Amino acid sequence: MMAKQTAVGAEAVAAKGWFKAHKWLILRRVSQLSLLALFVVSPYLVDRLERETWLVKGNLASSVTLDVLPLTDPHVLLQAVLAGVEPHRDAIIGVILVIAFYLLVGGRVYCSWVCPVNMVTDAAAWLRRKLGISTPSQLPRVTRYWMLGLTLVLPLVTGSIVWELVNPVSMLFRGIVFGLGMAWVLVLGVFLFDLLVSRDGWCGRLCPVGAFYSLLGSRSQLRVVAANREACDDCMDCYAVCPESRIIKPVLKGAETGVGPVILSSNCTNCGRCIDVCAVDVFQFGSRNAIDQVKTTSVTGAGARQRTGA
Amino acid sequence: MKKSDSGNGQERGLSRRQFLGNTLKTVCGVGLVGMGLGFYARQADSLPPMAIRPPGAIPEEDFLGACIRCGLCVRDCPYDILKLGQLGDDVPTGTPYFTARTGPCEMCEDIPCVPVCPTNALDHNLTDIREARMGLAVVVDQETCIAFLGLRCEVCFNVCPVRGDAITLELQHNDRSGKHALFIPVVHSEACTGCGLCEKACILEEAAIKIFPNHLAKGELGGHYRLGWKEKEKAGKSLVTPDLEHRYNLPEGVRYELQGEGLIIEQGQGAGEVPFSTNPLDTLNRGLEDK
Repeated sequence: MMAKQTAVGAEAVAAKGWFKAHKWLILRRVSQLSLLALFVVSPYLVDRLERETWLVKGNLASSVTLDVLPLTDPHVLLQAVLAGVEPHRDAIIGVILVIAFYLLVGGRVYCSWVCPVNMVTDAAAWLRRKLGISTPSQLPRVTRYWMLGLTLVLPLVTGSIVWELVNPVSMLFRGIVFGLGMAWVLVLGVFLFDLLVSRDGWCGRLCPVGAFYSLLGSRSQLRVVAANREACDDCMDCYAVCPESRIIKPVLKGAETGVGPVILSSNCTNCGRCIDVCAVDVFQFGSRNAIDQVKTTSVTGAGARQRTGA
Repeated sequence: MKKSDSGNGQERGLSRRQFLGNTLKTVCGVGLVGMGLGFYARQADSLPPMAIRPPGAIPEEDFLGACIRCGLCVRDCPYDILKLGQLGDDVPTGTPYFTARTGPCEMCEDIPCVPVCPTNALDHNLTDIREARMGLAVVVDQETCIAFLGLRCEVCFNVCPVRGDAITLELQHNDRSGKHALFIPVVHSEACTGCGLCEKACILEEAAIKIFPNHLAKGELGGHYRLGWKEKEKAGKSLVTPDLEHRYNLPEGVRYELQGEGLIIEQGQGAGEVPFSTNPLDTLNRGLEDK
């Protein structure tokens, strides 16, 4: 691998301007922060300004928007059901709505557009790049699915939602809305783990919430598409910023192997950072059906030849 | 297929062994995490006695499997008494509770905190707040409760939302002054909701009446226990030996009534036969006259 002359994303900034080179990142931060802000501000509106209706109340585990719209987190509700709970009607409606949303836009959109820990781990990844820390990770990326299994087995065995006692994801969001307590220690732990121990260690290898959402969105419509992959100039910036960097290469370099240009991996968080950071605009958001058009062309081309050849 | 596997060369064979090894490592690691979490959960699940769950909360062990820590009950409490446990608190993280001494349940008629619970951790069948059993008030200290010192207080009795049922005042003789009554507050578990208003109102520096979780506040009779007098009432007769009237060996004209009156001297027998005179002096002087 060649040593990089310029900072990651510098070429994109030079080519597209700062705002275009940070467009999706800014939108994601706006999404994450405004979600938090809504939950934080609502009680003040009710208390201080004596508004009748709540904008939103609750937290990501379960919330009610404008006193009518229930939304419930499927992972935590599943744990409760495994612990022996019969959820109330509103919770079931809320879960169906959430599942439908993520089935459409991609499960791990939760990770990059909603989850507050994402800001922490993104910060760790950024600092890691700045400081040039490159500790090899011993943690396989499948560990998260084992963790997911664990979060589902524990309520079965103990009858208690054990994972929520330590889950940094729910704890940080709830903490900001209701009071943090010592939860900042856990969040700091996640930050340091990602910074010093393992690249993308929490989100990419351990977090069972992300694992759950990745399974949820494995057939989702909205995908990142390397539509313009012939233009790739191998600057490697997308690999550097992608929290799931392994998923890019097969697609980006798929023209030779017959892989379509759509990133189908359920681990893609649809964060759009690769779109931002690419100076030649290889990537864009698109539908998974984009695969049909391109796959047919490429499979009949080089890919089909290679398969028959093997 | 086989061919393409081996086609990838030794790397594949090596990685299969590695794969098994890595999987085993991962499973062991995750298993250890699971055990740690399990033990931590058992420790963290013990709710401190002063943390009271909202009305309608199902039994604690079920509650921890049902509450998804969303905080909707907190938001819908008009008196803002509910808090969510935070990491580092003794209360399991994210679960709702209130502290009676600082913020008791005000017992809203419509119980707004209950119907918002998405998982029935707060039982939606609770529609009458008087049926709530958040805990039980206990007069924990008879040495400092000023009612026991013979002073009039009755604050707990008067603030009780189930006034006259959950706490009653029992009059007792004041041995110290000899001429006053003690107005002793007595809690009745069949009516006490555990709202904590009495604990909040207790005038002492440290409340002498406190809300405890029911399992700490209540004793429980052995399942085999039968109360003789109740069984007798049910059966309409004694279930052991038939009741015999007790026989007293008393002088003629005198009888004894067990149920209250005590010694009864029959008046009809003539005044001369009475062993004791109504005037104690007569009794003392008896015999002296003869001498």
